[in-house]
Amino acid sequence: MSVQQKNHRIVAAALGVFVLSMIGAAYAAVPLYDMFCRLTGFGGTPLVATAAPQRVLDRTIKVRFDGNVSAGLDWRFRPVQREIEVKVGETALAFFRAKNMSSKAQWGMATYNVTPDITGAYFNKMHCFCFDKQQLQAGEEVDMPVQFFIDPSIADEASLNGIDTITLSYTFFAAEPPVVAGTTSAPKL
Amino acid sequence: MAKSTTAHDEHSHSDYPKGWRRWVYSTSNKDIGVMYLVFSIIAGLVGAALSIGIRMELQHPGMQIFGDPQMFNVFTTGHALVMVFFVVMPATMGGFANYFAPVMIGAPETAFPRINNIAFWLLVPAFLLLLISMFVPGAAGSTGFGGGWTAYPPLSSAGPEGHPGPAMDLAILSLHIAGASSILGSINLITTIFNMRAPGMTLHKMPLFAWAVLVTAFLLLLSLPVLAGAITMLLTDRNFGTTFFKPDGGGDPILFQHLFWFFGHPEVYIMILPGFGMVSHIVSTFSKKPIFGYLGMAYAMVAIGVVGFIVWAHHMYTVGMSVNAQAYFVFATMVIAVPTGVKIFSWIATMWGGSISLRTPMLWAIGFIFLFTVGGVTGVVLSNAGIDRALHDTYYVVAHFHYVLSLGAVFSIFAGWYYWFPKMFGYMYNETIGKLHFWVTFIGVNLVFFPQHFLGMAGMPRRYADYPEAFAGWNYVSSIGSYISGFAVLIFLFGVFEAFAKKRQAADNPWGEGATTLEWTLPSPPPYHHFSTLPQIK
Repeated sequence: MSVQQKNHRIVAAALGVFVLSMIGAAYAAVPLYDMFCRLTGFGGTPLVATAAPQRVLDRTIKVRFDGNVSAGLDWRFRPVQREIEVKVGETALAFFRAKNMSSKAQWGMATYNVTPDITGAYFNKMHCFCFDKQQLQAGEEVDMPVQFFIDPSIADEASLNGIDTITLSYTFFAAEPPVVAGTTSAPKL
Repeated sequence: MAKSTTAHDEHSHSDYPKGWRRWVYSTSNKDIGVMYLVFSIIAGLVGAALSIGIRMELQHPGMQIFGDPQMFNVFTTGHALVMVFFVVMPATMGGFANYFAPVMIGAPETAFPRINNIAFWLLVPAFLLLLISMFVPGAAGSTGFGGGWTAYPPLSSAGPEGHPGPAMDLAILSLHIAGASSILGSINLITTIFNMRAPGMTLHKMPLFAWAVLVTAFLLLLSLPVLAGAITMLLTDRNFGTTFFKPDGGGDPILFQHLFWFFGHPEVYIMILPGFGMVSHIVSTFSKKPIFGYLGMAYAMVAIGVVGFIVWAHHMYTVGMSVNAQAYFVFATMVIAVPTGVKIFSWIATMWGGSISLRTPMLWAIGFIFLFTVGGVTGVVLSNAGIDRALHDTYYVVAHFHYVLSLGAVFSIFAGWYYWFPKMFGYMYNETIGKLHFWVTFIGVNLVFFPQHFLGMAGMPRRYADYPEAFAGWNYVSSIGSYISGFAVLIFLFGVFEAFAKKRQAADNPWGEGATTLEWTLPSPPPYHHFSTLPQIK
């Protein structure tokens, strides 16, 4: 192999590695994008919290609720209460009522977001029916709970001073049954 | 010594395959370049026919030629994919880049001639797959994929709301193969430009077309794998139960848009940068002056390439991005106008004070500069997130990107075609037919696309087969323009036929002192093996 051929192969191999790494980067974008949204609340993705905040502020924010069902799932799904007023930092509980209108048991999984999307970074859920797949028997009706609070650090962000309403929205999609057997239909709290 | 050289020459002249083997088995960069150009012309006729179908439908309100409006969407999608992947890219990065980039840097061949061959021949099955895709079931009750070249899910998904039929799968596989072809071609060209420059040909002495090809090849290597990844995810979502873009499985359809436009935005520079290179040589040749600001021109292309990768979300202002993200993408997008402006003004400065001769290639090049600038200005308008909110997916956007691509990239391809026609084929084209081709095209395409600005401002959305009465006037003008442009294509074909029929022998350098790059030192057409002794660059 001549020197020039060798050089050709080095350049081509480097470029080939580069191409493969870009394909890898495209696939890496899937978990990275998901992680990025969860960590930063980007695009109205609410955060998940394990403990309630230490302080409660005197500021109240109106939280509105919205429930949707995607095509392919024959459920009725709507919030029990249209809206509630919560103090910033206070833990609140709200319910959504879901009813399986079909004649067979169906699994569903809810996606969620908040609007304005910039408040996603401050909207924390402690417990939510949307963390797990839910099953409803034919004709079964359940109240599904969500426990949440608004992070008091929202007060530190001057550009969010004007926020007095946050809308929490869910959309239920038809889902495959979970792999783990024995899950009950009762929503977890 | 003299004797051995002669023997070598004789040997080299008989040392290539004849007949169909010369083309099918070709490892010659020049022959492969010519095959790419022929392929591009054939695909161009298909793409143009699809666009005329679109304009026939939109000539009057109501339905004209399509029974099912979905078929109209299949036509727009097919038109876009054919023009992007099988006309513009094969012509610029396949045809002209393969033929002239090695010659301009004084290389006798490309680095990997056989890879070059397979890169071309992959394009043929890719094109056939795309054509077949238009005739197999797509959305329920119709054939073909009609979700636009962007193929956003859920419209491109296999669900009842999307395209359950195999049309989308065939289109995805077509893009996979076309992408593999372009990646192989790019690796070949980059290696050639890095390793095979003639003695003395430093990067900073390299002709601007070779620079353009180098930058474009890197853009392809960076962006195409991301498209390949995204459409592979789409393919597995459709057929193998993954949920990359399905919200019910935890996926995110917006992610597809991010991945698509991370490819899609650099792709528009991929289509235009080789044209920048060609236009630079043509403007310099026919002004009889060296190009103004050579290094600035080269690095402007590098800058456009780099910044082109960090502006993708300006195609997605309406997906619900935060205001801060939109502000960033507005700013970054506008930054691209700076290196682009450097290029426009440098071309004008090259012409300034030059001895300009308005031969056919120069007409196309000046037409390119003028029309590309119009498209660039509307691009700066659209880069504003606030204005885009109103103009998103209207005919204003259609007018904008056709001014930079249909009137920009395609004009640069015709400029290169007439500029290098005598070199590639050894015959002079007919100057009158060439000029007629230019003027008819210029009038035609402007009639097609300029009124579309008005339609877009008035709120006419893209991708609809019908429209309210209020839009009828300018749509009629636009359709008439498209028939004129279609007629111009016939003039082009006749011009090619006429040149080959009359066989007017072209000189080695038909353009005179202004043409200074290495291809003009070779005979017209160049011998099968050129640069048996490498040129020395001082």
